[in-house]
Amino acid sequence: MSWTLENWDRLLIALWEHIQLVGAGLAIALAIGLPLGVLSARRPGFALVVLLVSGALYTVPALAIFALLIPYLGLGFWPAIVALVAYALLIIIRNVATGLQEISPDILDAADGMGYGKWRRLFAIELPLALPVIIAGIRITVVTQVSVATVAAFINAGGLGDIIFQGITQDFGEKVVVGAVVTSALAVLCDESLRRVELRLRANQAEAA
Amino acid sequence: MTQWIAANPKIFIVALQNHLWLTGVALSAVLLIALPLGLLLTRQRRFANAAMAIVNILRTVPSLALLVIMLPLLGTGFLPSVVALTLYGLPALLLNTYTGLTEVDADIVDAARGQGFSDHQVMTRIEIPLALPVIFAGIRTAAVQIVSAATLAAFIGGGGLGELITAGMANFNFPQLIAGAVAVALLALSVEIGFAGIERLMTRQLRMGAS
Repeated sequence: MSWTLENWDRLLIALWEHIQLVGAGLAIALAIGLPLGVLSARRPGFALVVLLVSGALYTVPALAIFALLIPYLGLGFWPAIVALVAYALLIIIRNVATGLQEISPDILDAADGMGYGKWRRLFAIELPLALPVIIAGIRITVVTQVSVATVAAFINAGGLGDIIFQGITQDFGEKVVVGAVVTSALAVLCDESLRRVELRLRANQAEAA
Repeated sequence: MTQWIAANPKIFIVALQNHLWLTGVALSAVLLIALPLGLLLTRQRRFANAAMAIVNILRTVPSLALLVIMLPLLGTGFLPSVVALTLYGLPALLLNTYTGLTEVDADIVDAARGQGFSDHQVMTRIEIPLALPVIFAGIRTAAVQIVSAATLAAFIGGGGLGELITAGMANFNFPQLIAGAVAVALLALSVEIGFAGIERLMTRQLRMGAS
């Protein structure tokens, strides 16, 4: 444990870089995925195409996406973000669309009857009601991104994967294990806290209904 | 890229073979463990909750972390890679086997018992066939996850197409890097599409059997 005790600041920096990768990747993915999800819920034909493309992106192995981006975008933080966004789109779009489609038509009719416009209905009624399903999507996305961000160290994007790869090239077991354990702990922590948010939201909605 | 493959056919074929071998062995191990274990857990509900909690944690562990944690335990090479890939694919199939079996309509099971089906007959003729679509969806998820994560086996000396990517990066050999990346991307996509096709055929058959 001596390396960890002497280098906890390097570990914290790597953790912070990792969180930045996931945070930026998630924010951009939401900015793209939310509108595409809303459109997909309204137009089945559009949904088919968008889900097919984002589904294909989701299937390509992480290391392959990073490798394929090198000739176009090079190395570092931003190419890694492009890959993280590519991974997140399927689940976000799918869950936004499902969340919106699961709302009972009676509620939408009532909103229309009360004179809600299209946009006000979307922001005041539909998105809040779809929120638990959207949060469930964000939970899967964050866990996936924590995992993919580990591999991002391969293209010099930093993060906890950097500690792991350093450990491998230096044949230094402790660094490998510490990197792997902290990454796993981060993934489990994100999963559990978002699961609680999701449960709380569902309970609140059940109470209100 | 195609030029690199044409110039180095042996390296490419060995990498592809290793990748398929890693995936095949790990997926078989997942099937051998998850199917009986999932069935057993539906009979031992007391352990099921604890087991599902562990499986849920295992499911969140990043693939690279799972692979490299094998280094101090089992060293480098094929065996540690297969063990890690098996652990990585296990949660998807175990969860689906367990949920698929528990979600079988209790009324149907009762009706079968009423007609004099034995426990064994209920299992083989009612529960397993009805749970099959959910179980197969789990096999498909596990297969895609394993074929994808097998790319990272290159980091612990497990071989496979990922090795073309890491070697290409180390030697600034971009045609090699791209050849590995495109090959593994196509492989993952064909596994996904292939299993989706089988799944569709199966559901159609089941529906025809029911009507």
